[in-house]
Amino acid sequence: MTTPLHSATSSAMSAAPAAQGLYDPRAEHDACGVAFVATLRGTPGRDIVDAGLTALLNLDHRGAVGAEENSGDGAGILTQIPDAFIRDVVAVDLPPVGSYAIGMAFLPQDAAEAAEVVGAVELIAAQERLEVLAWRDVPVTADLVGPSARASMPTFRQLVVADPERKLSGIELDRRTYRLRKRSENELGLFFASLSARTLTYKGMLTTAQLEPFFPDLSDPRYASELALVHSRFSTNTFPSWPLAQPFRMIAHNGEINTVRGNRNWMAARQGKLASEHLGDLAPLLPVCSDGASDSASFDEVLELLHLGGRSLPHAVLMMVPEAWENHAEMSPERRAFYEFHANLIEAWDGPACLNFTDGTLIGAVLDRNGLRPGRFWVTEDGLVVLASEAGVLDIDPATVVQKGRLEPGRMFLVDTAAGRIVPDDEIKSQLAAQRPYKQWVEENSVFLDALPDREHVVHSPASVQRRQRAFGYTEEEVKILLTPMANTAAEPLGAMGTDTPIAVLSSRPRLLFDYFTQMFAQVTNPPLDAIREELVTSIGGAIGPEPNLLSDTAEHARKVVLSFPVIDNDDLAKIINIHKAPSLGGTFDATTIRGLFRVDGGGEGLRDRLEEIFDEVDLAVAQGTSFIVLSDRDSYQDYAPIPSLLLVSAVHHHLLRKHTRTQVSLIVEAGDVREVHHTALLIGYGAAAVNPYLAMETVEDLAKSGYLDVTPDKAVKNLIKALGKGVLKVMSKMGISTMSSYRGAQVFEALGLSHELIGDYFTGTTSRLGGIGLDVIAAEVAARHTEAYPSSGNFQAHQRLAVGGEYQWRRDGEEHLFDPETVFRLQHSTRTRQFDVFREYTQRVDDQTARLMTLRGLLQFSGDRTPVPLDEVEPVSEIVKRFNTGAMSYGSISQEAHETLAIAMNRLGARSNTGEGGEDSERLHDPERRSKVKQIASGRFGVTSEYLTFADDIQIKLAQGAKPGEGGQLPGHKVYPWVAKTRHSTPGVGLISPPPHHDIYSIEDLAQLIHDAKNANPSARIHVKLVSEFGVGTVATGVSKAHADVVLISGHDGGTGASPLTSLKHAGTPWEIGLAETQQTLVLNNLRDRIVVQVDGQMKTGRDVIIGALLGAEEFGFATAPMVVSGCIMMRVCHLDTCPVGVATQNPELRKRFTGSPEFVVNFFEFIAEEVREHLAALGFRTLEEAVGQVQALDTRKAVDHWKAQGLDLAPVLAVPQPVEGSSLRNTTTQDHGLARALDNQLIASAAAALEDGTPVSIDVPVRNVNRTVGTMLGHEVTKRYGGDGLPDDTIDVTLTGSAGQSLGAFLPRGITLRLFGDANDYVGKGLSGGRIVVRPDRSAVLTGASNVIAGNVIGYGATGGEIFLRGLVGERFGVRNSGATLVVEGVGDHGCEYMTGGTVLVLGNTGRNFGAGMSGGTAYVLDLREEALNTVAATTGELTLSGLDDDDLVLVEGLLRRHAEETGSRVAEALLADLPTSLARFTKVLPTEYARIRTALAKADADSVDLSVPGAWEEILEVARG
Amino acid sequence: MADPRGFLKVRERELPAYRPVPVRLMDWREVHEHRAEDSAIVKVQAGRCMDCGIPFCHQGCPLGNLIPDWNDLVWRDQWEDAIDRLHATNNFPEFTGRVCPAPCESSCVLGINQPAVTIKNVEVSIIDEAFARGYVVPQIPQRLTGKTVAVVGSGPAGLAAAQQLTRAGHTVAVYERDATIGGLLRYGIPDFKLEKTHIDRRLAQMEAEGTRFRPGVEIGVDITWDELRSRFDAVVLATGATVPRELPIPGNDLEGVHYAMEFLPQANAVVAGETVEDQILATGKHVVVIGGGDTGSDCIGTSLRQGAASVTTLAIGKKPPTSRPENQPWPTDPLLFEVSSSHAEGGERDYLASTVELIGDEHGHVTGLKVATTEYLPDGRRVPQAGTERIIPADLVLVAMGFTGPETSLLVQQTGAGLTSRGLVARNDDFSSALPGVFVTGDAGRGQSLIVWAIAEGRATAATVDAYLQGTTELPAPVRATTVALRP
Repeated sequence: MTTPLHSATSSAMSAAPAAQGLYDPRAEHDACGVAFVATLRGTPGRDIVDAGLTALLNLDHRGAVGAEENSGDGAGILTQIPDAFIRDVVAVDLPPVGSYAIGMAFLPQDAAEAAEVVGAVELIAAQERLEVLAWRDVPVTADLVGPSARASMPTFRQLVVADPERKLSGIELDRRTYRLRKRSENELGLFFASLSARTLTYKGMLTTAQLEPFFPDLSDPRYASELALVHSRFSTNTFPSWPLAQPFRMIAHNGEINTVRGNRNWMAARQGKLASEHLGDLAPLLPVCSDGASDSASFDEVLELLHLGGRSLPHAVLMMVPEAWENHAEMSPERRAFYEFHANLIEAWDGPACLNFTDGTLIGAVLDRNGLRPGRFWVTEDGLVVLASEAGVLDIDPATVVQKGRLEPGRMFLVDTAAGRIVPDDEIKSQLAAQRPYKQWVEENSVFLDALPDREHVVHSPASVQRRQRAFGYTEEEVKILLTPMANTAAEPLGAMGTDTPIAVLSSRPRLLFDYFTQMFAQVTNPPLDAIREELVTSIGGAIGPEPNLLSDTAEHARKVVLSFPVIDNDDLAKIINIHKAPSLGGTFDATTIRGLFRVDGGGEGLRDRLEEIFDEVDLAVAQGTSFIVLSDRDSYQDYAPIPSLLLVSAVHHHLLRKHTRTQVSLIVEAGDVREVHHTALLIGYGAAAVNPYLAMETVEDLAKSGYLDVTPDKAVKNLIKALGKGVLKVMSKMGISTMSSYRGAQVFEALGLSHELIGDYFTGTTSRLGGIGLDVIAAEVAARHTEAYPSSGNFQAHQRLAVGGEYQWRRDGEEHLFDPETVFRLQHSTRTRQFDVFREYTQRVDDQTARLMTLRGLLQFSGDRTPVPLDEVEPVSEIVKRFNTGAMSYGSISQEAHETLAIAMNRLGARSNTGEGGEDSERLHDPERRSKVKQIASGRFGVTSEYLTFADDIQIKLAQGAKPGEGGQLPGHKVYPWVAKTRHSTPGVGLISPPPHHDIYSIEDLAQLIHDAKNANPSARIHVKLVSEFGVGTVATGVSKAHADVVLISGHDGGTGASPLTSLKHAGTPWEIGLAETQQTLVLNNLRDRIVVQVDGQMKTGRDVIIGALLGAEEFGFATAPMVVSGCIMMRVCHLDTCPVGVATQNPELRKRFTGSPEFVVNFFEFIAEEVREHLAALGFRTLEEAVGQVQALDTRKAVDHWKAQGLDLAPVLAVPQPVEGSSLRNTTTQDHGLARALDNQLIASAAAALEDGTPVSIDVPVRNVNRTVGTMLGHEVTKRYGGDGLPDDTIDVTLTGSAGQSLGAFLPRGITLRLFGDANDYVGKGLSGGRIVVRPDRSAVLTGASNVIAGNVIGYGATGGEIFLRGLVGERFGVRNSGATLVVEGVGDHGCEYMTGGTVLVLGNTGRNFGAGMSGGTAYVLDLREEALNTVAATTGELTLSGLDDDDLVLVEGLLRRHAEETGSRVAEALLADLPTSLARFTKVLPTEYARIRTALAKADADSVDLSVPGAWEEILEVARG
Repeated sequence: MADPRGFLKVRERELPAYRPVPVRLMDWREVHEHRAEDSAIVKVQAGRCMDCGIPFCHQGCPLGNLIPDWNDLVWRDQWEDAIDRLHATNNFPEFTGRVCPAPCESSCVLGINQPAVTIKNVEVSIIDEAFARGYVVPQIPQRLTGKTVAVVGSGPAGLAAAQQLTRAGHTVAVYERDATIGGLLRYGIPDFKLEKTHIDRRLAQMEAEGTRFRPGVEIGVDITWDELRSRFDAVVLATGATVPRELPIPGNDLEGVHYAMEFLPQANAVVAGETVEDQILATGKHVVVIGGGDTGSDCIGTSLRQGAASVTTLAIGKKPPTSRPENQPWPTDPLLFEVSSSHAEGGERDYLASTVELIGDEHGHVTGLKVATTEYLPDGRRVPQAGTERIIPADLVLVAMGFTGPETSLLVQQTGAGLTSRGLVARNDDFSSALPGVFVTGDAGRGQSLIVWAIAEGRATAATVDAYLQGTTELPAPVRATTVALRP
């Protein structure tokens, strides 16, 4: 490959700065609005282009603008070749349409450079046998765009080429232009928006409104097409780029590919075997995925390759985005085989996605397997097809609509413009599945481990086990706290109270290499998954074995060994190692074992040399045609120590990737160091096909034999395997990845404390921002462990078996903790006796610990060259404390006593406490002394009502929490005491689930929507968004600022007071120092800092911590653990067991009596902290904390760092001073424009004045459009403000709306308001419904009014606590999710109906999608003609849900609802059912959670017996009765 | 942890009973009755342990005993692993399990609002059970280093250091000026608290491991310090703090006035079968013990067993509170009114009693004490309040007011070793002294303290010595010379 002429050409067209400080452009995300319009009439037209452009304008609210109003994030349109127009404007004769290709080149701005590039392109064209027919200057209206877009704007010129022999057309010509385009990219750095005989793309760094005027071509009456694909981009940053605007060549994408790192790596790996008769020599066209592209761009590149390589576009799309076939019981075997076969060829590109694709003739769309993006479509009688992210993008006369629908997960929507029809999903897939004998191929070539000859089981002696435990650094604690529970229960162990030990690189102990990696997790830009409740979309099985050429289809491609689980036991491994001996296979497979040992006295150099040798051994094995490489660290001895398995795997993986031979073998790891979920997750994340944690298994076998387990040795091993495998699934889910094959090699980890060199060599592509250790220290750490097994003195210490550990529970000889006996004691003693000098002893000790490098801030020191000011000139304590917050701890996880103590103290100080996820009792809500000013909205939405939001000072949206980012939570039934249930609007004794994602936030624009909803629910409240520090959090924070949040909270990874799996508690997220600095730098770079307040929390313990937070950019500070300790917490870390012995984290009345905290103590604590802050401010020469915000120059890195590991760390990026653009601020100086002035509700409020004033009923009638979002919510706020939680009598304010309502219709609507919509609605109807009523029925003129009519979108009634919704028609996914009190009637729902529901009533008069009732713990659903296979499998098989016919009460209820539904909506379905009521009622099934039913009965009895539940023991008794 | 709700199921402490007072006063055997149901009690108590995130007991114990770990093992009936975990931090749990005042229990988290777990009883049960089951066997080093160490003094600090160093492969000789190895353990503590078979059993193990014992040799007298230093690669000085605090009042030289450490060793020697000429005996006498500490309590029990006519203990300070006062908050080790087994056996306790004079008869024999009520001055000093004097008759006065420090004259003379302002042997934080190869451990360097501190120092000193001899060490060092208990 030649050197590109202008390597920077396409990057110059992007306004994104280069990586600097902690800012890294790789972290950028985007989300979007997308739509297409097509006609079935068979002729192109100007009208289609116009319709596309109009739809784009109506998606405007899904896009965003940055600090400059006139620089958009990107907008574009893709059409067919507008032949008539092109013919006229190109001054040469053109061959017939299809026989010439035209492309939009983004040439350099400089004319000379552009000319040079043009010349070079012509040269390549000639080489590729293409004739350049013309170059056309594309007219643009350049002065429309803002300065930053202008500065990077390319020169637009269209290139027209054709086959010199005029033989090629369509796709055949495109295969040739593909060569030209790829070579131009690779050799010249030239970007083509498109270059095709079939399609043409116009796009740029524009707002939706700018696109058409910017490109006058688009307004030309001659510009016609049969289809138009449009896209509006919302990027998390303000540096949009011209090339990254969409559509790309074949797709427009709304969503995010979570697995993109792995997908790109695997594509690179396949390049070695790629060959295509259609495309010729591929070498000059590689890499397939170009550097610096977005996830969508990479997707487009691969899709294009698959398509041009010979597969139809739908075929290629289904390869990359297969539906969830693995657990799909109802799928035909042929179709399943189709997917199974292709799963061997390419892993899924996984993540929330609405992918719109076209080749110029076919145009279609699919959703991700989980259906996490919306998509709605309409077909009119004259053949117009419109598909868009939401309803209402085009004004279509409802009377002309003949078909309406929504995209469904796993279904393809496809329009064939040539045939003039919509091709049904079934037809597409059946045809593809029949194309080859996939089923036969798969059956004949799959090898199952069970079918291989059994091997004799080897048992190692206890002494051997112990010696190797020492060699691999096992601790007593790990055996007890990690392995024992996993072996006993097959589940991951839980812990609580976060982590306060040093990160691996700051620990003075040798740590496993695994500990230097932290798990990434989804927050905001994509949702995490719920692998438990939504198991049907996940898969952790898979096949392993060599992969042939991606671009062909043969039986050979199906030859694989099938593994049902990624963790395998020793016997299964033995089968694979001996696979060549299996008679049935005739030697078709072979395994090679590579010894991962190195000479321990050789240090880092020896390790490096040994890795090089291993590479040679691996290369040889690959050359000899081995299928499996077993990387083994067994058999170490005195001189030879094990190479850390992660290093071994990743090094070999990346070596093979570089050699392009990676896909010829599968890597299996036989590792002694693996004993945690995190370890297993890492090995697979860095390329392992299967993991055999042999020593962990031998350990649990040994434990079982010694009587330490409740299970047999055999069962212990099985349980361990299950716990590790399921745990990996959880880790995947956190990142929103659903299948093992997509996760493998996806590298969704961030390194913390590893040198750039090490990463570059062995963990290529991993983020490691502060540098750190290299092979030398890794070797030293191995050697230190090895010495424990082979002591140099020759003597084992008597009675010293394994090291104590002390990571999870403090031990004197174990890892250091910030909270140890002394700091806990001094903190409690000083605050209880109000002794500031004792408090200083506490902070002294904590700060000393910091100096011993237990935290990153310990590596920082205050710069010495500042001039102090006198202490009395510094603002008083009373001002400083106002910036303090206590952390979000729910009432439910902590006791009422503890919760109120914090609230009272913070209110006295003028500071803020936080409700946590769990609502607030109305008696506290309105008590100025005991209320919490910050009300949290978390994914469970517990207690989130109009009243709760209206009476908030601040509303905090929790996207993640430090202890377990990316995960949901579960409050087990026995902890849902009656008083907790009341606050949460749930049933006592019934377990509550907080889903991993907010089901109304799957992307950044959804977050903007929720912020908007919250703001409407209380316009005077500040809206917070809580994030957890990880790579890219600054970028997310920027998106959050663009989404108009008032406050962004950056939480450290270490905080957290609740229960959490230990894997997450220890291994997810990064310290706040990094996240905060990245946030500050990115906000300043984007000029978005001024409009948002930055808050930080996570193990804040001293005044020094506060000052460092301020200097790094925070203006507010959160504390959780420390005030808890002040209130009596002694870090039992058993919050999850309800046994807190000091009455803090428990609801047990008896234990609550032991609570000894008091608001005075907490007040003392915060005043002491503030006093210390004052002293630091004085010393640094600041008079207020405000002045210190962002003054990072006042910090230095500590000069003399004397630490064997930390020496390699470079904190300079944390202290980088962002180069602000002119006028940008380092701190909050202004407020967000929430756009409430434009809300439809202003009109509603004015019209409802009489009702608001004195409750006089009013009726209002207004039109509504999709851009009117959150209709009714601000009106609801006004009602609640005046009338409190009870609202007004039903229907007092009766609003009739006509049209397509925007998202969040009637969010948090309180009692007294009724919204009647004629038309249709989008997502989130009745979110948080608080007693109001919503009725949606088709437009009065609509002809399409049947039950198959889609009337509203996804996630309806989410978190509703009361009220009613009647929907005449079908709705989308996740209907009634977490409903706790509302009554919802609908005529059909998509997948995951009634998920996590805890109360209320749902009546479904039609079909339900899959996974109905998953995690449903309360409430009742009545379903017409229920298909039992649609129920959630777990719930159905374990009896969690009880199915029955209707009893007498039910009959009355259902009949009443049917009548009301008919009355309110005119539903024909309801009318038909009412016509023959007895028969109809017999068709209903009642779905009732079993435990809920039992507990309700027990509670009713207790109520009849007048039992006082607050008496100790009374509640336990009821639980016991209920459980039998 | 086996049972997370154990502490809620069982709310109270339960300890094995003492033998009835009249019975136990008839012999010198330990006051505890050993009954079959004890192990059930122990298991239940171990099950009360909450396995805390921060086990304050583990910090409260100077040795850093892994209390939650072995509580759990006892709960699970895993006695062999329990003793292993106990031995991991404590060479001599049979001593601490009997005579340690158990600061661990003061810092037990349960103690915040419930009676603490009976940690000490669990400890002694583990080691007793282990001896009974034959789990305590010599830990013989696989390889010797060829280095030699002398340990001077055979109290708990010296023995702990010796055992650690022997196991690390060094050749260790323990010197003791008394006739038998054991120091304070053997001579200071009466058998009814610690039967001497426990010591003998442990010494047998140590001998089997290779430790050499040289009783009856006084360094500085029988061998000079310099000779010792040239004979060994390292010397560990563990001579204790044996100089008693004097009673500087008129009459302190009367006959019948003795230091407790004259009285108790004789009694112990006799119990051990030795013959003591002119033994100080309480038999038939009115005994007054000055000093309300553990040694005073030992004097009571011994006097009662010898048949004293009466025993009165005088304490100069206030009667301590029976429950934790606010100024000694959890988890500090508070000074509380305690009823030891000896107190339960008889005698009177008198508080705020400042002895101003000892009164004797014409033969120079003590007949009584003039005692005034103690007055606390605003600066905290305690003085006898004028006009409150009264006479307490006494035939035998035992002074048990503690110890001021080590005997150092020969050492200083022969080696020039430094002393601290308190008269202790000067040492660095790692127990090394200014003299190359000489290390100072236990009460000699710390001043009067607890056995558990002595063992902790002995272990830590061994680590320093090992590192001195070999360059590196794998031995644990639970404390440093300056480590002190948590104080408010």
